[in-house]
Amino acid sequence: MKKLAFAGAVLWIGAFTLLPFLWFLLTSWKSAGEITAIPPVIWPSFRWNNYRAAIVEYGLLHYIVNSAVVATATTVISIFVASLASFALARFRLQWARYYLMLLLALSMFPQIAIAGPVWRLLSFVGWLNSYHGIVAAYIAFALPFAVWVLTTFFEELPYDIEEAALIDGCTRWQALRLIVFPLAAPGIFTAAILVFIQAWNEFFFALIILTYPALQTLPVGIALFPGEYTMPWGEIAAASTVATVPLIALTLMFQRRIVQGLSAGAVKG
Amino acid sequence: MKKFGATSVLEDISFEAADGEFCVLLGPSGCGKTTLLRIIAGLESANGGTVHIDEQRVDLLPPRDRDVAFVFQNYALYPHMTVAENLGFSLRLRGAPQKEIKERIAEIARLLELGSQLDRKPQQLSGGQRQRVALGRAIVRQPKLFLFDEPLSNLDATLRSNMRVELARLHARLRATMVYVTHDQAEAMTLGEKIIVLNRGQIQQIGTPAETYHRPGNLFVAGFVGQPQMNFIQGRVIDGSVLVAKSGMNLDLTRILLDDRLKVSPIDFTIGIRPEDLRPCSRSEAWFSGIADFVEDLGSDCFVHVMANGEKLIARAAGRTPIRRGDEVFLHSEPERVHIFHGDKRVE
Repeated sequence: MKKLAFAGAVLWIGAFTLLPFLWFLLTSWKSAGEITAIPPVIWPSFRWNNYRAAIVEYGLLHYIVNSAVVATATTVISIFVASLASFALARFRLQWARYYLMLLLALSMFPQIAIAGPVWRLLSFVGWLNSYHGIVAAYIAFALPFAVWVLTTFFEELPYDIEEAALIDGCTRWQALRLIVFPLAAPGIFTAAILVFIQAWNEFFFALIILTYPALQTLPVGIALFPGEYTMPWGEIAAASTVATVPLIALTLMFQRRIVQGLSAGAVKG
Repeated sequence: MKKFGATSVLEDISFEAADGEFCVLLGPSGCGKTTLLRIIAGLESANGGTVHIDEQRVDLLPPRDRDVAFVFQNYALYPHMTVAENLGFSLRLRGAPQKEIKERIAEIARLLELGSQLDRKPQQLSGGQRQRVALGRAIVRQPKLFLFDEPLSNLDATLRSNMRVELARLHARLRATMVYVTHDQAEAMTLGEKIIVLNRGQIQQIGTPAETYHRPGNLFVAGFVGQPQMNFIQGRVIDGSVLVAKSGMNLDLTRILLDDRLKVSPIDFTIGIRPEDLRPCSRSEAWFSGIADFVEDLGSDCFVHVMANGEKLIARAAGRTPIRRGDEVFLHSEPERVHIFHGDKRVE
C-alpha cells in the first residue's frame, strides 16, 4: 500500500513536470489543422514539416550555433575563473573569505531587471552591444558568483591532506591543482559547469536587449521572434523548442555519472 | 617558534636527530608536536627559528625541495589513482624513466606485501593496506628524512601492534632518519631511539626510552610516560625523616630513602613511585597501609587501587591475586625506585 502510494506520487509529480514538454513535443509533429482543431487532437499524425520549416524558413540552425557559442564561452570562462577563485577561498586561511562569500551570494540574488539598464549602458559605452563578447561578459557576471559559491563548498570538502601529500611528493602548487585537486573536484566542477551552461542556454531577457541583430540572436530570443504580424506558427515554435531542449538533456545524461560519482570516498581514513 | 595569532604553540624548541636515528616526538594532544613536524616538512612556516637537514638550511624552501617524506595520520592517498600510481607518483614527477619506476614499485610492493593490490584504488583497500601504501609512497623516494604524523592511530589495536613491529623492522632495514609523532607512549617506547617529550609547546625532556621512563626529568614526564600513571605523594619533609603529605598521611622516610636527597628541611617535595614498583608485602615491611578500593585484573597481573590515609595509590600485584575489594593492604617498594621531585624538577 505504501509502495503503491509512493509510485503514484512519483508518477503524478513526473507527469506534472513533463506534461507541458510532452504537449510541445506532440504539437511539433502535428499538422496546422491538428494544432487548431476543436476539440483538440491529442495524438499527432507525426509529420516532420514543422522541423523543416523551422530550419529552412526560420533559420533555427543559426540560432543554435549562436546559443552554443555563447553558452560554451560563458561556461568555459566562468568555470575556469571560478575554480581558481573558489580554491583560494576554500584553502588559504583568508579572514574575509566568509564575508566575501556572503557578498557573492547576495550579488547572485539581484533581480536581472534591476541591473538591465546599467548593463545595457555599460555595454553600449564600450561598444559591445550586438556582439558575442558583450552578451558573454554579461552572462559571466551572473554566472561567476553562483559558480564560485557552488565550487567553494565543494573544495572545502576535499581533504587538504591529499594536496599536502602531493606538495611533499614533489608537486608545485600548479601541479597539485592540475594532477590532484581538479581531478578530485571533477564532479563538483561538472555540476557547476552544467548549471551555468543551462542558465546561459536558456537566458532570454539580456539576450533580447543586448542582441538586436538577428544574425547574433540566441535560441530563446530567436524562437520568441518566430511569430509574424499576422501569423502564429505554433508548429514551428514547438519544433524549435524541442530541438533547443535536446542538447541540455543530452549533456545532463552524458555527465550524470560524473556528477554522481563520489570520487573522494575512501580517500581518507577507513 | 610558531604562533597562531596571539597564541604561541611552540616556543624555544631545539633538537637534533642523528643520521639514521628513530626520533619520537611524544606529547598529549594539542602540545604542538604535529605543528612541529609540519614545520620540518614545510607545510607550515615558523615565525622564527631555522630548520636544517644535512647541514642545509631548508626552512625557506618549499616542501618538494626538502627531500622529506611525510606519512599522514589519514594516509592521504590519491583516491583517483591506483596503488601503483600512488607509489610511483613522486618518481613520475621527478621524471624518472618508466623502467626504473616499475622496478621501484615492484620492489616496494614486495617489501610491504602489496603485490596483489597494485591495480586497485585506495577505497578498495582495508585500513592496514592503505597504511602500507602510505608507507610505501614515502619509502619509494628514498628521502633524507621520514616524517610520521601518528600513522597508526586509525588502526585497530591488533593491527596497530603488528604495524609497530613492522615499522621497527623497516627502520632497522633502511637505517633512515625518522621523526615520528605520537601521543601513545607505548609506540614511543617501542619504536624510539630518542624520545622528545613535548608539553604546551615546550620540550620537557630529551632522552632514550629508558631514560625518560626510569629517570623522568620533571613531574610532567613522570606522569605522562608509563601506564598506569606514576603514584605521586605531595608533602613537606620535616627533619629529612618524615614526610607530612597534603592528605595528612605521615610517611616515615628512614626506610624509604637511604640517601640524603631530602636532607634539606623543611621543604616541599613530591615523591613518585611507579605502580609496578609498588608491591604488596607483609605488615612489618610496609611503607604504606590502606584499603583496597578496586582490583583491575589484566590476567598477567593485577593493578590494585588502594586508599592509604587519603592518598590514592595504584600497586601491581601478581595475576590472580587474592586481594579483594575492602581488604587491608600493605605496600612497599625499593629505595632506588623512588623518584623525588622538588617543585617541578627531579632531584638527583
